Amino acid sequence: MTEMISPDLFASVPDPDGRFGPYGGKFVAETLMSALAELEVVYRGLSCDPDFQKEFDSDLAHYVGRPSPLYEASRMSDAIGGARIFLKREDLNHTGAHKVNNTIGQALLAKHMGKKRIIAETGAGQHGVASATVAARLGLECHVFMGAEDIKRQSLNVYRMKLLGAEVIPVTSGSKTLKDAMNEALRDWVTYVDNTFYIIGTVAGPHPYPMLVRDFQSVIGREARRQSLAMTGKLPDALVACVGGGSNAIGLFHPFLGDEKVAMYGVEAGGHGVETGQHAAPLSAGTPGVLHGNRTYLMQDQNGQIMETHSVSAGLDYPGVGPEHSWLKDIGRVNYVAANDDEALTAFHHWTRTEGIMPALETAHALAYAEKLAADMTPDQHIIVNLSGRGDKDILTVAAIEGIEV
Amino acid sequence: MSRLTPCFETLRDSGRKAVIPYIVAGDPTVASTVPMLHRLVAAGANVLELGVPFSDPMSEGPVIQRGHERALANHVSLTQVLDMVAEFRQGDQVTPIVIMGYANPVERMGYADFAAACAAAGVDGLITVDLPPEEVGPLNVELQKVAIDNIFLISPTTPAQRVGTITANASGFIYYVAVKGVTGAGHLDSSDVGMHLDVIRAETTLPICVGFGIKDAESATAVGAMADGVVVGSALIDTMTVAMESGDSLHDGIEKAVTLLGSIRTGIDNM
Repeated sequence: MTEMISPDLFASVPDPDGRFGPYGGKFVAETLMSALAELEVVYRGLSCDPDFQKEFDSDLAHYVGRPSPLYEASRMSDAIGGARIFLKREDLNHTGAHKVNNTIGQALLAKHMGKKRIIAETGAGQHGVASATVAARLGLECHVFMGAEDIKRQSLNVYRMKLLGAEVIPVTSGSKTLKDAMNEALRDWVTYVDNTFYIIGTVAGPHPYPMLVRDFQSVIGREARRQSLAMTGKLPDALVACVGGGSNAIGLFHPFLGDEKVAMYGVEAGGHGVETGQHAAPLSAGTPGVLHGNRTYLMQDQNGQIMETHSVSAGLDYPGVGPEHSWLKDIGRVNYVAANDDEALTAFHHWTRTEGIMPALETAHALAYAEKLAADMTPDQHIIVNLSGRGDKDILTVAAIEGIEV
Repeated sequence: MSRLTPCFETLRDSGRKAVIPYIVAGDPTVASTVPMLHRLVAAGANVLELGVPFSDPMSEGPVIQRGHERALANHVSLTQVLDMVAEFRQGDQVTPIVIMGYANPVERMGYADFAAACAAAGVDGLITVDLPPEEVGPLNVELQKVAIDNIFLISPTTPAQRVGTITANASGFIYYVAVKGVTGAGHLDSSDVGMHLDVIRAETTLPICVGFGIKDAESATAVGAMADGVVVGSALIDTMTVAMESGDSLHDGIEKAVTLLGSIRTGIDNM
């Protein structure tokens, strides 16, 4: 690509219209335009307010448990015999995944805006749980929209949300998964826009969401950068993260984008195989279009209808991706690859047995790719994998696939 | 110039209001759409709004969502919607047709090809729910080349200072969304509508039509007294589908919707 890779370039997005190159923007119904403008003004004000930053940092430290450790997976690294692999342990956060970094931030915004009711969409349920958690803590009413199909495969998280006091609303339209949950959340927001804050769980949606979710999640990469320097004396040679909407990946990647020598790999859900069409890998096999408020790569047919996706992991089962990822793909800064269901399941077992860390099925996609990548590298090099979430929520799914009754 | 401006001028000169039905192209069947459009004109429709089915109709309530789902089950694409318009034009060269949908099918076709195809089919205007003025520039350039009106939504949450930005990009008419919410939802507060229409009229001489929440002759009349036209969508589709679910034939279901539109026409004309 023609653009120079420099720190300035990455600090320049999104532009004032919310664009990352041709991607992003605000493709929403008129009713939401003033709510988005208000959110942007509030966020731009608070993001440079030291008191707000202090409140956010304090919550991350004392409520979430940050910084999360950077852990060297020595046994796995030795077994592979290539690069050293480090895991950024987002699974150790309160609620068990990276999602809470963002919900803490957005809940603080909701509080500052005086909103008493929050809504969220969820796929695997991790973002729903993280939203229900912050709602409980702040005494806010919480409604979580979840595809009826996902409610079946993530029953533990559904119950967790209910225990936390949230109302889980099953979405029965369309493919009954994450994209439909987001449609329904947007419909709710249009209806109750005056008193409701919509906590979007990923770096997608209309501007300013991709920007503010990225900013809240970037704590992952900032910590990893410091930890890498402290533990190895240098920056990592490569970063690996799974990509559904892409919030854990952006969170890890963003503070390193200007470091030319750090290679980056975003791992999409290859489902039954990208070549079969049954997957959730828009960056690997999709085309640009407009969905859920932003222009980005999508899985769509020749008529512009959004296609149904497939992934063993509910959290990656989404036909779009955050607009910044689309831009990073086009300018060649990040390599987007895919791992299939089978590869993720193999990695799930392999890492659980070798390191005693049970990853979420989403995360297992990143680990599957990291194994291959490390094998082609040398022991003087190191990789950081974002261990975005823990796998407890997936135990029943894995058991069902393997025909085991729990 | 499209058929919209002359249509509204004629209505204004005769002191009448526009009655605008909305149906989803290809719902409930592909073959029913064009005959239903002709029947709606016979029952008093002045402008027709034809929904382009989309997999993710984010601003629609359950009634119209189901309409989109039925149309997609019939494999109706944007190209076919335009074919339906062309077919309608063989029997009616006068009634303006506005197509209403979401950005992605248009993006996929490409703006220039889309505008040309609309012009060839006999489309007069376009409403794209998720293309606010901030995002519409490149498409508007193509639409203007072929004199197709781009119709924008203004909602109860649109700040007064933003109304001018919207009307500056608009032609044909302005579509005022009467309730915060999705199509077919909510209760219409006509005094609130009146207040907003005054704000819009201060910025534009374009006709203003009101939709979302108009269910019958009564609600249509309340709004029609203040606006230049009313849009009825969910109520028609609901009438049709409820009739068919309780055993009516396709023909009878459509006729019940047509009868509802006729009663709205009569109500508005006699107010």
